[in-house]
Formats: sequence, C-alpha cells, structure tokens
Amino acid sequence: MSIRAILVITELTLREVLRRRLLWVLLGLSAVSVLFVGWVVTQLVAQARDSGMDEARVMLGVSQVLVIIAFMFSFVLAMSGAFLAAPAVASDVESGVALAMLARPISRADLVLGRWLGLSLVTGGYAVVSAALAIGVVALVSGYVPPDPVTAIACLVGQSIATLTLALALGTRLPSMSAGAIAVVAFGGAWLGGFLGSVAGLLRAQAIVPTLDIVRFLFPTDLLWRGVIHGLEPPIIQLLARGVDRGSYAYDPFVALTPVPTEAVLWSIAWIVLVLAGGVLAFRRREL
Amino acid sequence: MSDLVVRATGLRKLYGHRTALDSLDLAVAPGQVLGLLGPNGAGKTTAVKLLLGLARPTAGTGSVLGLPLGDRRARQRIGYLPELFRYPAWLTARELLRLHCRLADLPRGTWSDQIDQALGIVGLLGRAGDRVGDLSKGMQQRLGLGVALLGEPDLVILDEPTSALDPVGRDDVRAIIRALRGRGAAVILNSHLLGEVERVCDEVVIVHRGRAIASGSVRQLVGAPSLRVAVAGLADPVSVLRRFGPVTLEQDGLLIHPMELERTPEVVAAVIAAGGRLFAVEPVQRSLEDLFLQLVRTGVTEATEQFRLPVMTGPVGPPTDEPPS
Repeated sequence: MSIRAILVITELTLREVLRRRLLWVLLGLSAVSVLFVGWVVTQLVAQARDSGMDEARVMLGVSQVLVIIAFMFSFVLAMSGAFLAAPAVASDVESGVALAMLARPISRADLVLGRWLGLSLVTGGYAVVSAALAIGVVALVSGYVPPDPVTAIACLVGQSIATLTLALALGTRLPSMSAGAIAVVAFGGAWLGGFLGSVAGLLRAQAIVPTLDIVRFLFPTDLLWRGVIHGLEPPIIQLLARGVDRGSYAYDPFVALTPVPTEAVLWSIAWIVLVLAGGVLAFRRREL
Repeated sequence: MSDLVVRATGLRKLYGHRTALDSLDLAVAPGQVLGLLGPNGAGKTTAVKLLLGLARPTAGTGSVLGLPLGDRRARQRIGYLPELFRYPAWLTARELLRLHCRLADLPRGTWSDQIDQALGIVGLLGRAGDRVGDLSKGMQQRLGLGVALLGEPDLVILDEPTSALDPVGRDDVRAIIRALRGRGAAVILNSHLLGEVERVCDEVVIVHRGRAIASGSVRQLVGAPSLRVAVAGLADPVSVLRRFGPVTLEQDGLLIHPMELERTPEVVAAVIAAGGRLFAVEPVQRSLEDLFLQLVRTGVTEATEQFRLPVMTGPVGPPTDEPPS
C-alpha cells in the first residue's frame, strides 16, 4: 500500500466527479430544494404565528419539518453515495481501465482506497454544504436553530459514507448495478428495521425488538440516523419526554431522546473500516 | 542467465477447472523481441498478466527484471499496452500520460519531456489536448502505446498492439518496436498477426490451448528455403542437381532442400548445360503462417511429420521427356 498512489487515485476520482459536472448538478438541485423548503417554512411559520400559536410549539413544528427534510436528504445522500461508489471499481474492471492502471507499481488496495477516499470527500463535502445550507436557511426564515447541528451533519456524513463504502466494497466483486442496488436496499432495510423497532416498542412487541436491533447493527446507518434527529430536535422534546407523555415520544421514529451512544459511533466507524477492508481483500483475490 | 529480463519456468494458470496456461517457459534477454503467437484464447494474454503480476500463477516460478513474479517494483520499469485499451474518456491525452507518469512514480521534472516524447513517437502531439473519448479507436491505441513508452521502460509488453491500426499505423508500430530493441529494451509482442510477428520478432513462442507447442527464432521455425525445379530431357536429373543440395522427387518436379537461393542461376545453367529443358524454377520458403496453421490445425506431432521433408540423395526413377503436369 502506498499513500502516494492512494492520493493519485483520490485526486483522479475528485477530478472525474468535477469534470463530469455531477457534483455541480447535485449542489444545484440541493440549492433549489433548500430554497423551496425555505419558502415553505416561511409560509408555515407565518401561518402558525398569525393563528396565535405559541412560539414553543412553532419551534417544535419547525424542528419536525427540519427532521423530515433531513430524512429525505439522508436518502438522497445514500442514493448518491451508492450510485457514485458502485461503479467506482466495478466499472474500472468491466471497462478495462483498471488493467492499465494496475500494470503500474500500485496495489489493488491503493486503487480501492483511493477511490473510497475521493468519493468520501465528494459525498461528505456535498452532505456538509447541503445540510448546512438547509439548516441555515431554516434558521434564517424561522429563527429555529437546532441544538447540535454539527453532530447532526456529522451523522449524515457518516450515513452516506457507510452506504458508499458498502456499494464500493460490493463493486469490487459484483457488477456495478447489483452493487448499487444492494447498498440502497441495505440502507432502506436498516431504516425500516429502526422504524419497525420503534413501532414494536410502541405496541410492546418486545419479542421482535432484538431481531430488528440486529438489522440495525448489521448496517448501522439507522444508528447514525438517531444522531441526526437528536441533533436537530429542540430541547423542549426532552422536557416533554419527561412528562406524562413519555411513552409515545420514546417510540416515535422521528424523535431521539438520547444522543447516539459512543459505542454506536465506534461500531459505525469500525463497520466502515471492516467493510472497506473486506472490499480490498475481495478485490485482491479477484482475477482480472 | 541472471541478466534475463524475463525468466519463467513451468507457468500454469487455472481458472476454476479450465486450464488457461500450462507449463509455459519463457526467457527474454535485453534487446530481444519475443513474439507470443497463438489463436484466440490460446493463453497469450494470461501469460502477459502473470508476468505483470495482474494474475497469480497456479504453479511455476519466474522473475521479471530480476524481481519475482508479482513484485510491484518491477512494474516501474515495464510499459504495457493492454489488448483491451480503455482509458478514462474524460481525460485529455496529455492528462492521461501525466496520470501514468504519476502512477509510475517517474521523477516529476521529467514528466513534460516524457509526455512530449511519447506523444511525438505515436504521432499525437497535435491531439494532446483532445479528450480520450473524442479520439478514434486507432488513435486511442496509439495513445495506449504512448502510455507504454513513458519512462523508457526496460520491458515493453504489447498485447495485440495493432488491432485497431491502419497499415501506416502498423508500420509505425514496427518501427517503434525496432527502436525499442535498438536501445536495449526487451519487447514481448502478443499477437495473432503472423506477418507482424515474422517481421519484427527475434524469437517466437507459439501457444495453443495453453501450451507452448513450438519456439525458436523465426528462421529456425520456418526452416531453410527450398527450390522446386521441373525439368525434362535428362536421364538422371538428380545427379545434375544433387550438388546444390539433397534432392527429393515430388509429384510436380524435384525439390532441392535445403537450398541457397542465391545459387538458383547456377541450377538453371547446370540443367541447360546437361541438355535438359526447364519448365519451372520456383523458390519455396515456408512462412510462419504455414507453420502456425499446421501446428494449430493438426497438432504438434502431425505437423512436425508433415514438415519433415523426405530427403533423397540417390538417383530417382527415370525421368520422362514429357513436361511435368
């Protein structure tokens, strides 16, 4: 493994994304989406205040809108990450581009890690800019500033990197379309596992909770999604949750009463490292 | 033997249960051009991948540029044009070469000169700023050849380097190969274009169904030339002709093999002087293609038998005055 070679591939990946204008298209679409959201939130807040709703409820409502926006955005990020990463190595191999590069004094690990680093920077950078823009615009038009936007954005970035890592690792052995599809399905499956876990809790169906927890453990994006929610919702949620209505808040899939446990963060990082290592090993063993 | 650029013994490669290559021995010296010949699917590209470390041999050992097979350091001194020459279409020709300068870890100060030199050699200086995807297939192959020439490698491996080129391009490639040989680089030319191999290769290995079925210099493989003579009017034509070489009676005349073709006028003069009449004098040189087709179609043993000419040095049956049919 060579840092120099990894950085060469990373730079190649970054230049490819910029040259193909994909990043600019995504950022442009995000800007349009954020402006639209800003307009909608402006209208909703004005309507709520005109109707005499107290400010705490208005802020609570805005926070829920922001969580929903983040939810949609996390799917966009996961899809973008999967469809960028799935062909990163797979297409290089299928097209024959990899053959010429790997005939140079670089290892297969350099190619995989360089691609991963480049795409992580692109996806992460896109997530940071777009999420910050959305949070900023909502704060501007409504006055609602989430308690921990940095953690929320970091968890969004983590989600997208986890999804792209899986897609890239699968792409070292599978055709790009299969790798991308599996990664997106895994992301959706993990979210569904988390959602159903909440519903099961609400219905006191404790017997199936461990199974759903295993699903969330196997693909930890939902663990990180809880961090996104917790970073975006207002402290009033905590106050409400201590009251008589705690039960319904505790199992609401769009509410997180506690921050992401450190163990979950560490597991998410370890998971990304393990999946990436698996991708490197699989690619090293692949016959070109 | 230690100064060999490529040394491989008993290389074997299985893909699942399919044998792609079996017991291949190779030896390539500096300044030598080795041709790997074989039909499609013979195992040529597999052999190249093993040498480059892109695939691991199932069995066998070898070294490239003094390093064991698979050692990445060797690849710093190897130029490679893959059979499937695909490069990122969004890069310009110059950017692609620059990328390979970086991947090959060439000294930064040499990049510009190396790139200009490579583009000049393959005739693409005027298209340096064009995107790879905008170049024709032939130009992309030329560019791939330029990539293989970066850094003045000690070993250049060209896998079907003229598959997309026109006759001018093919001639250019031959000139490039000769120039590489001239500066002492070893070249492995992987091709099924026999004429191409025949013209530039010092040594040839013919691979069929994963096995080397013949090897040697082109001259050794095709053998010495012969002279076919159709004569009449001589009682004992063999005695007239045997001083030029062993004589064989064939259906349509007499075959002198081996024969120094420069002596053909002497053969004509001898027949006339002996009172004979000449109906045909035909130099015969077996081509690499003849050999290749025989080896591939009939198998090694049969082909060898077929090409081993039955030499007769004694008198042959009484000639007829009638012209041979």
